[in-house]
Amino acid sequence: MSPTPALLLAIVLGVSAGGQTPPIFHPGAPGAAPRVISAAEAVELSRTGFVAADVRFMQHMIVHHAQAVEMVTLLETRAASPTVRLLGERIAQSQAAEMALMEEWLLARSLPVAAADPHAGHHGINHAPADPDTPLMPGMLSPSQMTALAASSGPAFDRLFLEGMIRHHQGALDMVEALLAGPDTAEDPMLSDFASSITADQSAEILRMQTILSGL
Amino acid sequence: MNIRSLLLSSAAAASVLFGAAAAQAQSPSGQAAAGQTPPVGADARSTLSPGLHDAGQAISNLTLEHSVRPAPGFFDPEAIFAPPTREEAEAARARAAAVEAGTAEPPPPRRYSPLAMANSDMAMTNGRLFVGNFNGFNAYDVSGEGAPELLLSVVCPGGQGDLSVHGNLLFMSVEQNRARLDCGVRDAEGEVNAERFRGIRIFDISDLSAPRQIAAVQTCRGSHTHTLVPHPTDANVLYVYNSATSSVRKSDELAGCRDGEPGENPETALYSIDVIKVPLNAPAQAAIVNRPRIFADRETGEIAGLWKGGRFGVASQSSAVTNHCHDITVYPEIGLAAGACSGNGILLDISDPENPARISELFDPDMAYWHSATFNTTGDKVLFTDEWGGGTSARCRAEDPHSWGADLIAAIENGRLVGKSFFKLPAAQTASENCVAHNGNLIPVPGRDLMLQAWYQGGVSIVDFTDPARPMEIAYFDRGPIDAERLMVGGHWSAYWFNGRIYASEIARGFDVLSLEPSEHLSAAEIAVAERVMQGTINPQTQSRPVWEDHPDVAAAYLDQLARSNGIETGLAQRARTAVQQWRDGRPNRARATELSQALAVVPEKTPPADAARLKALSELFARLGRGR
Repeated sequence: MSPTPALLLAIVLGVSAGGQTPPIFHPGAPGAAPRVISAAEAVELSRTGFVAADVRFMQHMIVHHAQAVEMVTLLETRAASPTVRLLGERIAQSQAAEMALMEEWLLARSLPVAAADPHAGHHGINHAPADPDTPLMPGMLSPSQMTALAASSGPAFDRLFLEGMIRHHQGALDMVEALLAGPDTAEDPMLSDFASSITADQSAEILRMQTILSGL
Repeated sequence: MNIRSLLLSSAAAASVLFGAAAAQAQSPSGQAAAGQTPPVGADARSTLSPGLHDAGQAISNLTLEHSVRPAPGFFDPEAIFAPPTREEAEAARARAAAVEAGTAEPPPPRRYSPLAMANSDMAMTNGRLFVGNFNGFNAYDVSGEGAPELLLSVVCPGGQGDLSVHGNLLFMSVEQNRARLDCGVRDAEGEVNAERFRGIRIFDISDLSAPRQIAAVQTCRGSHTHTLVPHPTDANVLYVYNSATSSVRKSDELAGCRDGEPGENPETALYSIDVIKVPLNAPAQAAIVNRPRIFADRETGEIAGLWKGGRFGVASQSSAVTNHCHDITVYPEIGLAAGACSGNGILLDISDPENPARISELFDPDMAYWHSATFNTTGDKVLFTDEWGGGTSARCRAEDPHSWGADLIAAIENGRLVGKSFFKLPAAQTASENCVAHNGNLIPVPGRDLMLQAWYQGGVSIVDFTDPARPMEIAYFDRGPIDAERLMVGGHWSAYWFNGRIYASEIARGFDVLSLEPSEHLSAAEIAVAERVMQGTINPQTQSRPVWEDHPDVAAAYLDQLARSNGIETGLAQRARTAVQQWRDGRPNRARATELSQALAVVPEKTPPADAARLKALSELFARLGRGR
């Protein structure tokens, strides 16, 4: 270690500490000399920010999840396979729980739960976009596809349901990927953990659905 | 602490994979620990008045010596994390609607992420206490009799700040995406990923007036906790077992990191731990040398060989998938490690520390998330904790199941883990206190297994698990909730016995120092013996066998225990007490000691194992006294 930083540090310490308060160090990258900071700076360093893309991600994912729940409500009167029914119920449960968490995250930051941008379906699933063949966001079923699903029943419904839900989950994975690719996104620990849990859990569900689908 | 569990506490996603029948099929060994679970009810701890620094306190068989407030720069009342209440959520919803309608201005965003300044784990070396924090760490001088004295603070955010010390090196776990190589959070622009750091930082603390980060070992899933493992013969080599619970990084951020299930991707960074090798003469060259597949099926070699997540049965806890360890405790003197690994508790042979090998695993339908492990001194029991709900939820309410979020006490029988009983904090806590089993270590009283443990806002508790089927609480300290109405996350993260005192880190309030008081459950001699055990460096997850120097108090401690359990014939006990007193007075009677040694060596049939061990130890102690050592 070069003596100069240590010497400088000693001077800084002597001035700032006044022999009373122990120093607060901010170390810097490996190998770098630490610098002494104030208590106010230390507090400031612990703040975490979120960016607009984080907020959009949460808002969009709520809309995305809501469609999964809507798909499962169709299942009650239309599905043939008990396995598919059970799976659907559990998906609805987990998606609803996650929606509540996303709402909480937004509300705790005094942010609107619904996205403000026009591509996101301003009020969620109730307001369909103009084109019946265009899904709102990646992986979501288009209005026509939802209509087709609602019109089917029995084994045909099961197949459409699983295919749709696999695509739907894949869309969620794409949304996470897009989020993480952006600059400064997912710094908020809770959001970042949540995004990664979506990846883990929905990948697992996709695998399970593919297995069921191949056995139909 | 695990925020992810809070987020997905429904765990419904995990249960999708396996219905009850499938779950049953995947673990033939799965059965509940059978011993007695002590009842949970109301006591003095259940109705304490609230407050951040003036909360009511309840204490039993302990003395609170010092309460040390958070260091400057490590506290802001706004940083205390409170999950929003229903009313708040509704108010925020109304506010958001008003903002949308253009009738209100958006308020400024919240300043802190959850637990931004939470105090976490601790380690001790050379009379210095190191307290980890999500924002860095603080060091205190605790060598004197007075109050702990703050020596320095280091600010380096990234959570959760689990730390260990070895010589002049301090190791720190970093898991969050916000963390940067340079300990900053907001400076990096654009190429964020190149500056991100998730893994284990190494600081040189030889000069406390210039602590320096000297290395940073990047890992695929960051670092939630870590454990130091000394090389059995080479003093220049230190291993670190890294337990990472978080998401896998992209391979363009960190080469070689692959995500996904092993069926799709055999190279996946899930389903392993990292073994890091640190050359102590060149610690900057620390690097990962192995990522062992410790969860693999022994017969098929399938990488994901343990619990696959979900419920064992309809009324079971939903247990997390075993694709990581949350924490590992090593006991090098017996060549074993106990892993608390999400859906399973496991036992590892670490005689070759670079290649840990699983020798046993345990599943239990009442365990949601195997969180930490502590061996007893002999090394034939392991106390595992279950962090049901992730640590930010109220899980010690009267209505919560008494075997959920508890300790599972297991015995090691012929190299196999066998569940024996559960112990949960016996005092019901309020709904505004986050509470579940958390970190602790042993109090070194010979002849007994005493676990000192933190329960978040459930406080600090000491449980005797000498009889693994009948655990019993013998002392406690607790405060009221931070707030009466709402759950604000706080409480004791870790409670550790460090050289004669209890140090208990408090998430929001700083840390507490406590000492033991004699009681019907613990005698003055037992306390004196424990307080005399001194170690230069203590990292609680690296266990070492305590050394009890021969002393009259050691003999008295065994005699107190045998008297308590009616494990010794009265006449013999009296003769032994007289001999101890003579020893204490500096005039030991060697002939009598030898004679006593022989009498104590005759262990009556049907003597419980704990008493048999005490009689044997006492007999050996008197034998040494008889020989003049």
